[in-house]
Amino acid sequence: MAATYQPRTMAKPEVYPEHEAYWDAAAEGKLLVKRCEACGEYHHYPRMFCPYCMSEKTKWEETKGTGTIYTYSVMRRGASPYAIAYVTLDEGPSMMTNIVDCDWDEIYIGQKVKTVFKQSGSQDDPGPYVPCFTPL
Amino acid sequence: MSIKGKAYIAGAFEHPTRLAENKSTAVLHAECAKGALEDAGLSIEDVDGYFCAGDAPGGALSMVDYLGLNVRHVDSTDTGGSSYIVHVSHAAQAIAAGKCDVALITMAGRPRAAGRNGVKPKAASPNIPDVPFEVPFGPTAVNEYAMAAKRHMHEYGTTSEQLAWVKVAASHHAQYNPNARLQDVVNVDDVLHSPMISDPLHRLDCCVVSDGGGAVVVVSPEIAKSLKRPLVRVMGAGESPKGQMGGKDDFTYTGAVWSGRRAFDEAGVTPSDIKYASVYDSFTITVVMQLEDLGFCEKGEGGKFVSDGNLISGVGKLPINTDGGGLNNNHPTSRGGMTKVIEAVRQLRGEAHPKVQVKDCDIAMAHGTGGGLASRHGSATLIMERV
Repeated sequence: MAATYQPRTMAKPEVYPEHEAYWDAAAEGKLLVKRCEACGEYHHYPRMFCPYCMSEKTKWEETKGTGTIYTYSVMRRGASPYAIAYVTLDEGPSMMTNIVDCDWDEIYIGQKVKTVFKQSGSQDDPGPYVPCFTPL
Repeated sequence: MSIKGKAYIAGAFEHPTRLAENKSTAVLHAECAKGALEDAGLSIEDVDGYFCAGDAPGGALSMVDYLGLNVRHVDSTDTGGSSYIVHVSHAAQAIAAGKCDVALITMAGRPRAAGRNGVKPKAASPNIPDVPFEVPFGPTAVNEYAMAAKRHMHEYGTTSEQLAWVKVAASHHAQYNPNARLQDVVNVDDVLHSPMISDPLHRLDCCVVSDGGGAVVVVSPEIAKSLKRPLVRVMGAGESPKGQMGGKDDFTYTGAVWSGRRAFDEAGVTPSDIKYASVYDSFTITVVMQLEDLGFCEKGEGGKFVSDGNLISGVGKLPINTDGGGLNNNHPTSRGGMTKVIEAVRQLRGEAHPKVQVKDCDIAMAHGTGGGLASRHGSATLIMERV
């Protein structure tokens, strides 16, 4: 059973106007999250309106790019296996991601991880870089 | 306004097909509509309210036109596979408010004939706000439920053996259902030795892919009493969407914690009053989490609760999914809510297979969770009684 990360083609995300800063930062290896200036809460996925108080005063903040694995599953069916996961960022919110560049038999819930950016799309049709994680 | 006692389920029909290679989805909807109306003893002219969800081709407008309906109330609420449980509740509300007297709810589809299954990543649908932040990572039905299972195991010590018991119970029931997609009885080892799809879920932890559908007819008390069918009365209902909460996710519980409470409160009963429950079994873990959230056992005790045949009719304390459920019988167009209502109606009427019929089945539940446990889902609970 293949348990080690192998590169795969990741579907390209659609870039909405309000998310350009997020994808631009990802291309530079930085993970941004939104924080609301009105209520102080971080949230993910990023919205223009805070999901906790509906304020429009949401601002991008650069994260440390570190977190812990909340849960994961190694998807063994399909063209190539991959490890889908939720990582809880040190800033607070959890995000869907993939665990990459490691042996999946060695990963576990609660493990410390850091961002690794992978380019979505294919060589002929490249898309934005997206935030994946690998064990620290 | 409560819906308690304001509406009755007069007709129910499950399409016998599990593979519809030579029929369109619209035809399947029409066959289900006809079947449920015949079961009730009503005709298409009697229908004045129509309910459908995302599986209905062209939505309510196309279906009303296609079926030749003349309705004064339409509702195309979609909460994924639980939609049809919600529809019964909404139909009861509409009837109670005088908006219609005979509500027809249809669902049908043909994913199997079309070659679709639950392991292919979701398509990158445009305009949906969450999709760009998820679709690159390959979420599918099975790996979302697998992630919920993994976390539930981590927090509560739930085991793969315990999950397997849900499938074992389903297979025991399905052996008596000649239409069931899978009819062989399996044991815990069979489940554990089936191929791993998305850990910790094996192939036999997953529901079947099937074509077909079903329909139910919900009517006013006056009409119900004029018909010749056993009386199945709506007692209470609840519906609850649950999402990622801006990143404060907790995938160890479902919206059933809210929908169940609302339904029990409205019905004025408790879990110990439920003689039979249809509980959406998209995957084995779904049943474990929902039974906890509905209050049939303490949170974290679901694995223990489902073990040792406790869900098998005639053996355990809480018979569920006596048709074989989504795991063995049918999961038409990957939406399990309709068949959940139908089997509960069969049980209340005393029309389930004699081998699985629950004795003195006077109060039953149909509960569903549509969507993804590890992203967004819609839970719906319906409590009914035989009068």
